[in-house]
Amino acid sequence: MIKTFLFGILLGLGLAFGALYALPVVDQVRESSIVSVAANGGNSESFHINIPMDRIMVGDSADSMALPPNLEWPDLEVLGDVQVELFKVRNARDAVIGVAARAATTHSETNINSIEWLLHFPARGSLFVDVNPTLLEGGYRLGELRTGSRELQSLVGNLTERWVADENASEVGEEKTRLGRIELSATYVAPLEEVFE
Amino acid sequence: MKYLLALLLGAIVGALLFTIGLIYNPFIGVSSVSPLSFSNEEQIVLSYSGVADEGILFTNDGESRVQPHPEKVLQLWEPPIRKTSILATILRDARNQVAGLGIKMSSLSEDTNLLQGEALINSVWYVYLPNRGSVFVQQSENRWGFLRDVVLAAYRSSAKTWKGVWTGALTAGPGALGTGHVTGGTGEFANRELLGVESLSVKAWSAAAGELAAQGTLTFEFSESPQPAGSSPDSGRVESSD
Repeated sequence: MIKTFLFGILLGLGLAFGALYALPVVDQVRESSIVSVAANGGNSESFHINIPMDRIMVGDSADSMALPPNLEWPDLEVLGDVQVELFKVRNARDAVIGVAARAATTHSETNINSIEWLLHFPARGSLFVDVNPTLLEGGYRLGELRTGSRELQSLVGNLTERWVADENASEVGEEKTRLGRIELSATYVAPLEEVFE
Repeated sequence: MKYLLALLLGAIVGALLFTIGLIYNPFIGVSSVSPLSFSNEEQIVLSYSGVADEGILFTNDGESRVQPHPEKVLQLWEPPIRKTSILATILRDARNQVAGLGIKMSSLSEDTNLLQGEALINSVWYVYLPNRGSVFVQQSENRWGFLRDVVLAAYRSSAKTWKGVWTGALTAGPGALGTGHVTGGTGEFANRELLGVESLSVKAWSAAAGELAAQGTLTFEFSESPQPAGSSPDSGRVESSD
């Protein structure tokens, strides 16, 4: 029986090692990527954010629409007029696939406005986008992919931002409840690589 | 039957021995010193509170040890983001003055390999420094040392708490020296690439609430000269008129 016990120890060591080796400790849930080929080359992918249900935080010094309601945004002059929003991001099938941060800032010395997006998809990677605040025809803003991480690291391209109001937005008292969605459309282009020597 | 019980008992003992060997593996070291500590290059050092309640906002799936803050914040319960957390916090400079704002998004990494002492987290930071600009940080963190030295020690105590001083460099990549990749956004950081390292210093930890006294540090170092402005497409910045 001693031999059986010792054999069991070896078996336990082996099973523990094998389990850790073969079984993933972390398994992120991944929704299938919905990517289409863009007409002028590259791939395009659309995301959207439903407002107000996907909005996690709105923070700015004006405190005009603080979210969550008991958010204590730091009342510090040094932060200036930066406005930061946090969202959940959905794919074209309306499934939540990631989170995002949007920062609208004004550089005090140069008076240059900027809008920056940070999109984080846990199973894929992240994107950092610099958006031109100028509104284009159709209500679009155009941004440039500055960098990405993991699967999205090697991609370059652009991203458009557009607010689409819900036509059925209701009025509550003197305030109009803003319902709608923020549409983000990314176009990716991979860098050229040598295929044949 | 008794042989089966002996085999089963032996297997349990074997698994326990393996677990102990894995945790106290002398070949797995944890760096307590940032790779940027001994550098003569210009650095930016920012600190933030590692306690979720002391930040502006913290949210996760709502079922984890650290509770979301403030109350009624939207939680990340959907399956694709259930292993993700978001922290919004104030960043302070070396003189403990408010320097800016930081947003950190962290997700458990599928590259986690406990056999090699890698408990990895993929995290990204958006750092906004008024009057200076913004940067984006991407990194993978290794929390193995923290789990072994703080969390495990807390569970072994009767009060399920740990007190002491633990300092470790969390960043494990993607840089070859265990540094994170920092991309400049606006202001003086535009068109620049930096190196970044995040460190954590913990003084008290509780199994019920997580960090009770902790401070995180972000260190950025300029790695190269600014790229020419024409090397990237003009982003068409808008200058507001007076």
